[in-house]
Amino acid sequence: MNRRVLGVLVGLIIVMGLIWAPFWLRPYGIYILTLWAVTTIAAIGLNLTLGYAGQISLAQGAFVGIGAYAAALLTTQGWPLGSAYVVAFITCFAVGWLLGYPALRVQHHYLAFVTLAFSTLLYLVFRNEEWITGGIYGISNIPRPSLFGYLLRTPRDFYYFCLANLALVSLAAWWLIRSPWGRAFVALRENPLRALSLGVDTRRYTLMAFALGAGLGGISGVLYAPLVQYIDPTPFSLLLSLNLLLMVIVGGSGYFFGPFVGAVVAVLLPEWLQSTDKLYDALGPLSDVLRTVLPPAALKYVAKHYLVAYAMFVMLLLVFSPSGIIGFFEKRFTATRKTDPPTAPTAEVKVA
Amino acid sequence: MADFMQLLVAGLATGGIYALVAIGFTLLWQTSQTINFAQGEFVMLPAFFILIALGTGAPFWGAVVVGIVVSAIVLGVLFKHLLVDPMIRHGVLPLAIATMALALFLKEAVKDFYSAEAQPFPPLAADINVSILGATVALQSLIVLAIALGAVIALQLFLNRTQTGRRMQATAQNPTVARILGIPVDRMILIAFVINAVLAALAATLVTPIYLAKFSNGEYLGIAAFIAAIVGGFNQVRGAIVGGLLLGVVDNFAAAYLSAQYRAAIPLLLLIVVILFRPQGLLGRLEERTV
Repeated sequence: MNRRVLGVLVGLIIVMGLIWAPFWLRPYGIYILTLWAVTTIAAIGLNLTLGYAGQISLAQGAFVGIGAYAAALLTTQGWPLGSAYVVAFITCFAVGWLLGYPALRVQHHYLAFVTLAFSTLLYLVFRNEEWITGGIYGISNIPRPSLFGYLLRTPRDFYYFCLANLALVSLAAWWLIRSPWGRAFVALRENPLRALSLGVDTRRYTLMAFALGAGLGGISGVLYAPLVQYIDPTPFSLLLSLNLLLMVIVGGSGYFFGPFVGAVVAVLLPEWLQSTDKLYDALGPLSDVLRTVLPPAALKYVAKHYLVAYAMFVMLLLVFSPSGIIGFFEKRFTATRKTDPPTAPTAEVKVA
Repeated sequence: MADFMQLLVAGLATGGIYALVAIGFTLLWQTSQTINFAQGEFVMLPAFFILIALGTGAPFWGAVVVGIVVSAIVLGVLFKHLLVDPMIRHGVLPLAIATMALALFLKEAVKDFYSAEAQPFPPLAADINVSILGATVALQSLIVLAIALGAVIALQLFLNRTQTGRRMQATAQNPTVARILGIPVDRMILIAFVINAVLAALAATLVTPIYLAKFSNGEYLGIAAFIAAIVGGFNQVRGAIVGGLLLGVVDNFAAAYLSAQYRAAIPLLLLIVVILFRPQGLLGRLEERTV
């Protein structure tokens, strides 16, 4: 069996699992899985900016915020969620485009701090402009959307809606990466000067990388608002931007499936650790072995201090495999089998 | 006018603290190309070291010394050996991202294992005011300013007048040539890391009586240090001092004369403007851009 067939098979099993999952999960489990799908969309956007085009951004959380407020404001006024998609995508695209301008002048940590400053400024706007955002009181009673006249009220319906969104975004990203645009992004990351000399309009593509990444952040926010049905500025602080950045890095920046894996580690794993007891019960005879090797109490302790453990894990991962989890496995895989050498797409840019 | 003087002195005191943190930031960058996103947390953490030492019954100044020594080991030596050395070969950006993870780690660890609440911290001086040129100024501000300036002057003397200091400057300017000349470059870098940790611990002693000890203190201090470093000029210690003092004054005046809600926005706007129009900073030299 060659690698490609194996990959497709694993992919199919995961997709089947995602479709079946809500039938044996309780509403809270479905909620977490929906959150994973929504977060992944934002991470896919950041992966375009950071992983493919090599432009660091600490503002993705702010774009999720713009999307979420657009959805909350429009749908509570009776507009359909479709209008929020348009407004959020166009707004985020335009703001992302503008945020790309500093990237034309400065790189690396300078860019990180400019985007960080933007993110913090936007958070202040969310918190202080009460007349539009409701300030710290937030916006409540955000309705779930309807699709062709059918109200997606139950967690399961809304989960499928978000999963479909994720599938569409993934397809679009897949197509984009394989298009000349995607190749131009990679050229920009690997060697901007050479890309320029080969006739790539680096200026336009840098701005485009920011704008498209931001646009997907907006889409993620549009789904986030009806998922939680109440938003205030807190979730859109710098911590979200930082988390999304770490997610992309953890999964493997510049790998198509990196954001999916990163979001699993950041969103799903803490919940799994929390509920290993029930998971073990389902495994029958295996459970006793697992209970002694990985005692649920210890895993619960890790889950309780998840951010501490997570940050520790990220540092270790960066030291041993800066290309993330997927990069780690790819290296293992290609070391044992002789296939094409990996292109090693990492976010690192060398500075002389 | 009296108000103006009061704000100016308070601003300079805050600015002196920012300058201490920013100097360490630029030292790390110059000697080892480390961008430390955890710099703010490096100021947050020593306050808790000091609190733990105080908890064992140590007198205040004894606890401060313990805090500074522990910081020098943990945030200086261990930080360099455990995170920076293994990461630096991957490049500037991955290391910067690793320090973001470190920031998250330190913050959440303090929150989970010490306390999520703000802890009281002993003041440096009695809460009295003194009168200078007709303006009433808090004694605390004057002491903070004096200690910060003293530390900066001591550091400048160390860098310019001692052999080790000059070797460090050589390392910062050209590590390859420095190595050829027989300077132990790696040890110079280690000294820079220790100095950074000591300055951060000192800043913690000065700033925590004002803000109280809280796990989230580093968030703003880190940004402030970076803004101060950028505004002054990233490749000079002098720049960090000017940037820090300027930022402290701007901060205090913004709080007094502009809306309280957008007080935090002013330094950020200053940062964006400086990065866009004068990325080398007000005093900085232009770095050659290489690809």
